[in-house]
Amino acid sequence: MMQLLILLRQNFPLLHLLVAALALAIAPAAAPQNWQPLENDGLRDPASPALKLLQQPAAALSTLPPDTAGNRVRWVKALDDGHINPRTNLRAETKVQTYDKDVLLDLNGSMPVVRFPHRVHTLWLDCSNCHDHIFKKQRGATKISMFNILQGEQCGLCHGAVAFPLTECSRCHSTSRKDAKAELAREAAEAAEAAQAADVSLPKAGAK
Amino acid sequence: MSRFGTGAVVCAKVARWLAAVLFGATLGLATLPANAEYGDVVLNRASEKEGMRPVIFPHWFHRIRFRCKVCHFELGFKMRAGANEVKMNDIIEGRFCGMCHNGEIAWAPENCDLCHSGKRGLPPGIFGGHETNGPGRW
Repeated sequence: MMQLLILLRQNFPLLHLLVAALALAIAPAAAPQNWQPLENDGLRDPASPALKLLQQPAAALSTLPPDTAGNRVRWVKALDDGHINPRTNLRAETKVQTYDKDVLLDLNGSMPVVRFPHRVHTLWLDCSNCHDHIFKKQRGATKISMFNILQGEQCGLCHGAVAFPLTECSRCHSTSRKDAKAELAREAAEAAEAAQAADVSLPKAGAK
Repeated sequence: MSRFGTGAVVCAKVARWLAAVLFGATLGLATLPANAEYGDVVLNRASEKEGMRPVIFPHWFHRIRFRCKVCHFELGFKMRAGANEVKMNDIIEGRFCGMCHNGEIAWAPENCDLCHSGKRGLPPGIFGGHETNGPGRW
């Protein structure tokens, strides 16, 4: 066995690096304490009869796309990839609304620009959960600050409580300033072009 | 001069990196849960006064089966732990939890112990994450 290892090492000098990388890659997956059993969660009464009946977090969550924070589940990926299909409504008459528009925020801060994706938020939430009492619909009309967010206001109402926590800076601050400015310029140009096209197609008032 | 300048930049970079690492470590320690799963909510405004164990509401279990909007839009749960006054009467009459916990979609309210399963003396609030019903723990 030893001889085989030495032989391998001589022929593949990078093998030990590869093994180390593999071990690192496997280690988090093998870490057993991702989800505490309910009886150890510090909340349930060990004498509660519910403990025998309730689903254990590990049983439900270990089958979903893994994450390093929060519930250790990539909830949006779980939804997008069809691992889960949670109900959108209980009443048949409820209008289920979705909206697909990324909004670039914090254009002049010191961190990378925030890309707020409406799509993934409306997969889970209704427009009225955020508009207009937390965030006005009009761009720039609501001053958003990390101070408020860290206090559990604005984005922090969910992020840091049930949605991925505030330790994951780059998941929101994800877009370089250069790319963001270019994207906004492109959008403005497209909007101007569309407006011009609409203008041309309309018969001019008074023109005969 | 330029060499000195580069040194200062590198120093600043290292300092910033160290600060970030320390900040991250502090966050990690401050948010180490008492083993509660992220987003677990304890409801105990009325439970113990009425002689029942506190209610533990696991967000993780519910969001596998329902999108946030079902409870926070259709059922009218406000999005802040402690902002909802939920009484057993509401539930029995089909409001709040009672919209599903009616023996059809989920277990009926007579299975008291399945929800009222918490340790005595737990304060109401959200666990496993940061506090969101008041100033944070930062």
